[in-house]
Amino acid sequence: MPLRPLIALRLRPFPASPLALVPLLTLLLFLVPIAAGLIGTWLPAFGFLPNLGGTRFTLEPWARLLNDPALPGALTATLVSGFGSTLLAFALTVGFAAAAQGTWAYRQATRLLAPLLAVPHAAIAIGIAFLLAPSGFLLRLLSPWATGFDLPPDVATIQDRYGLALALALATKETPFLLLMLLGALGQVQSPQRLATARSLGYGPVTAWLKTVLPAVYPQLRLPIYAVLAFSLSVIDMALILGPTAPPTLAVLVFRWFNDPDLALRFVGAAGATLQLLVVVAGIALWRLGELLVARLGRRWTAGGARGGSGRTARTTWSGSLFAVLTLGLAGLLVMALWSFAGRWRWPAAWPDSLSAATWSRQLEPAMETGWTTLLLGLAAAGLALLLVLGCLEQEQRSGRRPTRALWLLYLPLLVPQVAFLFGAQVLTVSVGLNGSFTALVWSHLLFVLPYVFLALAEPWRRLDARYLRSARCLGATPFTVFWRVKLPMLLRPVLFATAVGFAVSVAQYLPTLFAGAGRYATLTTEAVALSAGADRRIVGVYAFLQALLPLAAFAAAVGLPAWRYRRRRALQ
Amino acid sequence: MTLELQSLSLSLGGRRLFAPLSFTVRDGEIVTVMGASGSGKSSLLDFLCGMLDRNFTTEGRVLLDGADLAPLPPERRRVGILFQDDLLFPHLSVGENLAFGLPPDLRNRSARRAEVARALVDAGLEGFESRDPATLSGGQRARVALLRTLLAQPRALLLDEPFAKLDVGLRDRIRSFVFTHARAKGLPTLLVTHDPDDARAAAGPVVALASLSDGSLANGGEPGSS
Repeated sequence: MPLRPLIALRLRPFPASPLALVPLLTLLLFLVPIAAGLIGTWLPAFGFLPNLGGTRFTLEPWARLLNDPALPGALTATLVSGFGSTLLAFALTVGFAAAAQGTWAYRQATRLLAPLLAVPHAAIAIGIAFLLAPSGFLLRLLSPWATGFDLPPDVATIQDRYGLALALALATKETPFLLLMLLGALGQVQSPQRLATARSLGYGPVTAWLKTVLPAVYPQLRLPIYAVLAFSLSVIDMALILGPTAPPTLAVLVFRWFNDPDLALRFVGAAGATLQLLVVVAGIALWRLGELLVARLGRRWTAGGARGGSGRTARTTWSGSLFAVLTLGLAGLLVMALWSFAGRWRWPAAWPDSLSAATWSRQLEPAMETGWTTLLLGLAAAGLALLLVLGCLEQEQRSGRRPTRALWLLYLPLLVPQVAFLFGAQVLTVSVGLNGSFTALVWSHLLFVLPYVFLALAEPWRRLDARYLRSARCLGATPFTVFWRVKLPMLLRPVLFATAVGFAVSVAQYLPTLFAGAGRYATLTTEAVALSAGADRRIVGVYAFLQALLPLAAFAAAVGLPAWRYRRRRALQ
Repeated sequence: MTLELQSLSLSLGGRRLFAPLSFTVRDGEIVTVMGASGSGKSSLLDFLCGMLDRNFTTEGRVLLDGADLAPLPPERRRVGILFQDDLLFPHLSVGENLAFGLPPDLRNRSARRAEVARALVDAGLEGFESRDPATLSGGQRARVALLRTLLAQPRALLLDEPFAKLDVGLRDRIRSFVFTHARAKGLPTLLVTHDPDDARAAAGPVVALASLSDGSLANGGEPGSS
């Protein structure tokens, strides 16, 4: 039973401490809305939602869903973009790590990760749309001299039927995440020693990595990969920007049903949301099967003794591919910024006729208001998440237990598709009178912010040399003094980094803002996605740029503040 | 001030680490506890300062000045400890590290500053208040660590191989710095080490702690002479 370790109900060592209740409170805060949300979605999927006149159980919503002409196309696009992006991101991560370990490219790539990690999904998607669209920057660069196009071609380079552009954008956003997770995991499996052993037995560098490091490191990469797969199979904001439109992906189709003026379609939407959950569960199960198969074949390959070559070709190929994807993401952001300053910019000119701040001066006031909501919401969600995570970690340390299996629970909001439970969670907030309130909004963001804050902070917190704490206690410091004057300041860097991660996750939320905010709150993300459906690219550029800027500023502060605070402390540089 | 161990033994997972220990450490006396790694030396000190892992079970009692230590949390025991590493807090300056040790009831700021300055003079580090601990030499750090411990006004001192990582040349000087201060303050001191030179320099009784895992018995009775 994985619940037990995190709940830590055995209060024996600190019976009077309210801290002992923090893990339980944290779990309840995010398990209750998910469970209630799932049930609140499943009931209408079978016809039961008294508020909308559904008072008896029926399979009719499922019949309507399965007979919908859009469903087969939606499923195809969902599977192609979901699996395609995850496979691409995984291949790039593993291929690059295996082929380029220890090279200059490896060190440079790790530096490029942070900005791409910080930037919200929607901003990446908008940037890539600005690059790849038929009237986008890439075709402008090549037209008409290379392509012969005098007008933007009538080809679906984005919003294509199978969601290929969507898959590419998802891979661009998820590869840095997987690479970062891999880098963290590599430190824990003695990869240099494993490599040295294999190399001394005559194995080439890439083969040595794949045969000795990958099997050790993969278990730690498994959960992040499942989270990426679940997200890619059910993403909405990026799919609205880059995905197919007729039919759209399954998640977008469900989203439309939930928002349709015809309330009867809520039932079909609920059935669709349940199907979305099944797709994700089946997707993860399929991936797991694939893992088992590859592991079986891999063992045979490992035992076969093939030594592999020098890895030079692999190094060039994988480094080139990874940099192409990272460049695509970063170039999209630059083009987005350029559009926000563009005056007249006719096709096929590769550069605007003039640059001006006109769009910015017109849009700044409304954008600032939206930006302010985004900022407050992000700070509230990240701050609250930090308090809860610190409480959990402090309680874990004081009670001397390590909840390893509970990690699965933390990942729950990342594994369950948002669209599969947010409708039901909204039903819950309506029934307790919280719907459309700032509290509900913060709570809905907290569900997705908290797991990332925990993942970012848990390892550094647990790794802090316990002898410092012992030393402080023996000098007369109470546990609270040790927490406040030793742990927090010594861990200022990871604490601020985790907060910035949480803030970036909050800024990027699209669906939770729409559902929990009941349309009353607009954030930079909801505005950017709404505008991308057809507004002037200059205005989209302003919003998407600001949306990317907020988390980047948070990361800059998270790096800059400790560096400034400890500029005279060499051991903390 | 005396530190008294009465039939003290520690067990982990049902296995006793050493035979029951009984001895008394008097004012300014330095008792050396020697034993191989894994014999429970460090766990013994963890127990004395109140930081022993909860998975251990204990038997026997420890009295400091006649009062049982067991019910007290670590911060109220006033038992100072020095480790192999100096463990100066890297986010605090040298002066702030020393002030961390000062008791909170000394409220007056200038009095606190004066105490810190006095300790620095004592360590031969006059004017080092605002220095980054990372810029000090190994010997300087070791002296600051001892003075930080002494500023907390301990009633007993525990030494967990504090000289093991120092260069040979430095070791003698730091050893005599620590021992001189401990004796001058009249602190009952327990030194844990596997270096016979430490025991010789301490010039006090020696307790040999043998691991019980191989079935042999510890010298868990009265300390022998060095």
